Amino acid sequence: MVNRVRFREDYCVDCRLCEVYCATAHSQSKDVIKAFKDERPSPTRGISVQRRDATSFALNCQHCDEARCAWACVSGALTKNPETGVVTYNPEKCIGCWTCILACPNGAITRDSEKSQIIKCDLCSDREVPVCVAVCPNRALVL
Amino acid sequence: MTVIKNNPKASHAQSTALPSYHCHMPSYLKPRFRVERSDRRCIRCQGCVEQCSFGAQYYDESADRVEAVDTNCVGCHRCVVFCPTSAIEIRHNPVEYRDNAYWRPEVIEDITRQAETGGVLITGMGNDKPWTSYWDKLCLNASQVTNPSIDPLREPMELRTYLGSKPDQVQIDPATGRLGTRLAPQIMIETPVLFSAMSYGAVSINVHESLARAASMLGTLFNTGEGGLHPKLYRYGGNTIAQVASGRFGVHPEYLDVARVLEIKIGQGAKPGIGGHLPGEKISAEVATTRMIPTGTDALSPAPQHDIYSIEDLSQLIYALKEATNYTKPVSVKIAAVHNSGAIASGIARAGADIIALDGIRGSTGAAPKIIRDNLGIPIEMAIASVDQRLRSEGIRNRVSLVAAGGFRNSGDVTKAIALGVDAVYIGTAALIAMGCTECQACYTGRCAWGITTTDDKLTKRQNPEIAAQRIANLVEAWSHEIKEMLGAMGINAIESLRGNRLHLRGVGLTREEADILGVSLAGE
Repeated sequence: MVNRVRFREDYCVDCRLCEVYCATAHSQSKDVIKAFKDERPSPTRGISVQRRDATSFALNCQHCDEARCAWACVSGALTKNPETGVVTYNPEKCIGCWTCILACPNGAITRDSEKSQIIKCDLCSDREVPVCVAVCPNRALVL
Repeated sequence: MTVIKNNPKASHAQSTALPSYHCHMPSYLKPRFRVERSDRRCIRCQGCVEQCSFGAQYYDESADRVEAVDTNCVGCHRCVVFCPTSAIEIRHNPVEYRDNAYWRPEVIEDITRQAETGGVLITGMGNDKPWTSYWDKLCLNASQVTNPSIDPLREPMELRTYLGSKPDQVQIDPATGRLGTRLAPQIMIETPVLFSAMSYGAVSINVHESLARAASMLGTLFNTGEGGLHPKLYRYGGNTIAQVASGRFGVHPEYLDVARVLEIKIGQGAKPGIGGHLPGEKISAEVATTRMIPTGTDALSPAPQHDIYSIEDLSQLIYALKEATNYTKPVSVKIAAVHNSGAIASGIARAGADIIALDGIRGSTGAAPKIIRDNLGIPIEMAIASVDQRLRSEGIRNRVSLVAAGGFRNSGDVTKAIALGVDAVYIGTAALIAMGCTECQACYTGRCAWGITTTDDKLTKRQNPEIAAQRIANLVEAWSHEIKEMLGAMGINAIESLRGNRLHLRGVGLTREEADILGVSLAGE
């Protein structure tokens, strides 16, 4: 069974802590203030809060069983890990064609304009629980 | 705080407004709080902008800075808690008036506000004045040498309480050895702490669900308040006290049937003698259906129940409810603690009530005229003592259970109340604080940033019943453990042995008259 971060829009309060801590966890310093104020290039995040009127939810890669992004990837930078099920991104191979962005049915992949590559959730491979799930104050993100 | 003049809905206008001093003639009122932000720490995530439901924070894109509108800040601390870098400080606005013990800043500001609007000042939560708290002048006893204390971690300790009318005497059938007397319905609760009446509409559906779930987890009861019960909460009916108030909102046969206890609300500690007014903005489609009124109309609860002008009238409603539910549920009557509570309680007991709920001057509310909240009614401690004493002296204390409400802050207050003579207490404010409430008193605006006193879809999401119910249950479990510890220290192993046992109380700093009314000796005696 693949781990996925599931959002529960009934409880998302649009506080953006998932975004802040995702970026921090993927920064060099791992320090919130340094990551946002000092680091260049700015740290990137694989989750973003979508909002309109009263509705909001935090969206990130769903690591689909049939990963269309990996199928669409022309350079082999996106692969579905057969053991963990995680859709893994290898920036070394990415050529910035952004075909995956078109292919993703969830809109969960974003452009990294600075590097002309992509930004995507890696399910915090170095952590037991992804940081967005751990910091969500209202259990709007669950694994 | 705001004002009601002709249009009560006007009170909501300020919530999202930009600084008033940008638009029209300045008010003479100074901002109460100042929002200070450390620019070194602020990462411009704008979480505070989103979290503030009063429009006190905004992002200035041209300057790339988050700025504050101090006048809109109510001091609820939602932004402080959610700021990931602890960049925000909320301080009292450092405006110092010339020292004056009589014309205090609050007095000056209230007069100024009324001079500008000509309206009744409306506020939320309970009386915030430094009235005497008799709980703080009562000490509990403990066992030393001559009577052993009990360790509640090693020996059984009983907090279980039965609410309902107890018979004057019981008869045992000698042939079978069974109870021959037919008992009135008795409701078992596992801890003597119930949740106060807070209506759906005044609080959000998620708050109602949180209280219902917590009551179910704890084996106690929550009170619907006067706004009915949403059908999705019927499954918690076994833990529900269904209130029947002057507006009769949401009262129908199924509502009465699913509940465990019925309560006739005569008065409320925060606003004795005053009706209720839930503004039309809070009457969403769901609230309207539950209350059985049209969407968007103001829900007005009359000050009196128009069919109750005497004890005899009250008795008719009590028995109407009993008939409607086939005598299966106890009927409670809730009154605000006032000058003749003892005599009124005697009448209520004789009218056929099974439970009397007393709500003291510190009782809380979603909205009340400030002058009423702060000045009407009497302290709950005095009311408990006088009602318990009156019922005892008339030999009818067994006919009713007594439940007290109005400002119970901790298990010490609860234990002292039981020693003074109540069977159980209602907690409202403490339960809300467990969910995140910071006592900012802006409940009446319907814009509660903690998602408690609101029916706004977006704000309602801020209370997740899974989390909130657990937090409330944790609080009451902690209090229950502490009550057991105090009972053990007194050498008592059942809450029943403490009820009305005023020998376990001693007064400190009380006059002899106050001690006599409370029925306690002074410390050292």
